[in-house]
Amino acid sequence: MHAEPVPPATDLVIPPPETLLAMYETMLTMRRFDERVRDLTAAKSIPGYTHTYFGSEAIGAGVMAALAPTDWIASTYRCHGHAIAKGVALDAMAGEIYGRVTGTAKGKGGSMHVSDFDVGMLGAFGIVAAGIPVALGAALTAKRKGTGQVAVAFFGDGAVHQGVFHEGAGLAKLWNAPVILLCENNQYAEATAIEYHLNTETIADMACAYAMPAERADGMDVVSAYTAAKRAVERARSGGGPTLLELVSYRFSGQYEGDAQAYQPPEEMARWRERDPLVTFERLAPERGVSHDAIEVVAGRVDAAISAAFEAAERAPFPDPESLYDDVYVSYP
Amino acid sequence: MRELTIKDAINEALHQAMEADPDVILMGEDIAGGGGRDEHPGAMDAWGGPFGVTQGLATRFGRDRVMDTTIAEAGFFGAAVGAAMTGLRPVVELMYVDFAGVAYDQLLNQAAKVRYMFGGKQRVPMVVRTVVGAGFRAGAEHSQTLYSLFTHVPGLKTVAPSSAADAKGLLLTAIQDDDPVVFFEHKRLYMTKEHVPEEAVPIPFGKAKIVRAGKDLTIVAIQRAVQFAQEAAEALAVLGIDVEIIDPRTYSPLDESAILTSVAKTGHVLIVDESYPRCGLATDIAALIADQGFDSLKGPVKRLTAPHTPVPFSPPLEDAYLPLAPKIVAAARALLRA
Ligand SMILES: Cc1ncc(C[n+]2csc(CCOP(=O)(O)OP(=O)(O)O)c2C)c(N)n1
Ligand SMILES: [Mg+2]
Repeated sequence: MHAEPVPPATDLVIPPPETLLAMYETMLTMRRFDERVRDLTAAKSIPGYTHTYFGSEAIGAGVMAALAPTDWIASTYRCHGHAIAKGVALDAMAGEIYGRVTGTAKGKGGSMHVSDFDVGMLGAFGIVAAGIPVALGAALTAKRKGTGQVAVAFFGDGAVHQGVFHEGAGLAKLWNAPVILLCENNQYAEATAIEYHLNTETIADMACAYAMPAERADGMDVVSAYTAAKRAVERARSGGGPTLLELVSYRFSGQYEGDAQAYQPPEEMARWRERDPLVTFERLAPERGVSHDAIEVVAGRVDAAISAAFEAAERAPFPDPESLYDDVYVSYP
Repeated sequence: MRELTIKDAINEALHQAMEADPDVILMGEDIAGGGGRDEHPGAMDAWGGPFGVTQGLATRFGRDRVMDTTIAEAGFFGAAVGAAMTGLRPVVELMYVDFAGVAYDQLLNQAAKVRYMFGGKQRVPMVVRTVVGAGFRAGAEHSQTLYSLFTHVPGLKTVAPSSAADAKGLLLTAIQDDDPVVFFEHKRLYMTKEHVPEEAVPIPFGKAKIVRAGKDLTIVAIQRAVQFAQEAAEALAVLGIDVEIIDPRTYSPLDESAILTSVAKTGHVLIVDESYPRCGLATDIAALIADQGFDSLKGPVKRLTAPHTPVPFSPPLEDAYLPLAPKIVAAARALLRA
């Protein structure tokens, strides 16, 4: 059944406690950040559309922990979690979401389009699946220039029906490109449940059309996500080519903030809530060598950082209207 | 008299067209919503598209006629072309016009060319409904209008209502029309209300509407710009400038004579469109006037559009981007030296 959670793997690579704690900090930062986004959107303090990452935090945190800072990622409109895990500054993210000049795009992009080249965040694209070939291109550069970098394209379960997913997968395999096609299967594409739209049993099954290695793993446990991603990253970095990774999670939020979620049965939500990535981490923490005191310390630090970022964004100025005309071209005589 | 919003007028037109003709089907992403969850209360018709425009249609006509698709625009657009060629009348939804890129080939090279390329023996009676427009703080990839991308192509008809009665009447015509029609719905106009007749009365293509009659200046206004122009006309009236507002309503076919007649009367013209300026509708209409209305002009043909930039996100930038009423007032005063 595609709509069921994936059981934890038996061959987990459990990182040392300090790494685990860093993953937890990343996940909690994502959670707290998007809680602010949710509340500020509801209060109409943030303009436009916002998409939160509730439920998939373990994926972003686990995958990014398996990457080097110099590796590339391409993201979607649901980009806050990816950006945080890749190391985009919280102030700049909050600034962008508020449309302020301190934002990652000086207010030009908004919540759906966070980017930061300096930390390997190629950008967030609002067109479903658009980031897949873009990440492939980054992998091509890495291969051609021999940099050893890996590129990861994040996309959702709904995106596997777009042409560029298939075109990108085909080219990635032919070129033996160091790219990871990372599908966050959060059970929904907008208001459409996965069993309504997926022809195959799993998304990982689709890789067979491209003779591409594929793996399906639990996306609610950060260590499972990390373990699967690590294997794919090692394959890519060592010249083994692309991987399709399906990480299975659940979208606790609606498609966008404000979506009434009438189509998500409460029993289903409740069942997945038990596997909430933060709850899962805390439950498994003692056996993985992380103490609850250490978790408390992290939680305090995260709250302070989030408050500081949003307060700074609220105080930051809006861009000068004249800046509207900047940055359309590099040069335009 | 009952009033409807544009959103509800479109919904009513779809209901009536589907009621009248079993060949009319709808396709799109979450145009019903809740797919895969029909047994769950509230799932059926949970969405009706992101703006709820098609809500209730799946419940009324069933999922066989109101088809939620995967995110595969090229696929279902092409299927609409084939279905239209063989006896159905598909109405497909492109959720935001910004996604045109992934669906465009089926319109540009198949829908638009089938009739001509196959010697007039085929027809493609399909409609693309799509959402356009800035002013929603939705950023560069969810705010474009792109009218000209479709109007440019021979074989496609393009329609953009600015009022609820027009939305209903023009959509009914679009569905009955035997050619492919792109029907633009402006996201900032959905809640605009007016009296809409209950009966299904189609409004013909190629007939502009004189939204306001005046003698000093013609404003040709493109979709939401009609609203901006109406605000500006009030302010200009106070200054003694009597504005005539023309809403072409359909861009292909374009009611050239209504535009030229108005310009012949006023001698001054301003064309307002929130789209990109280069190769856009405003430029196209300006060229028409320069070409065929030159002798009646008492001043330059003036265009007021968005700048040649993507749509910015930040509110003050987006406000500066749009051709809002104060800019229209300033442009009109400059034209008339008033
Ligand atoms: C080409 C294209 N079609 C439609 C949309 C509208 N849209 C935005 S998100 C979305 C659903 C995507 O679902 P999924 O890929 O599962 O990602 P998730 O939102 O669950 O992260 C759709 C249809 C779009 N942005 N781009
Ligand atoms: Mg999804």
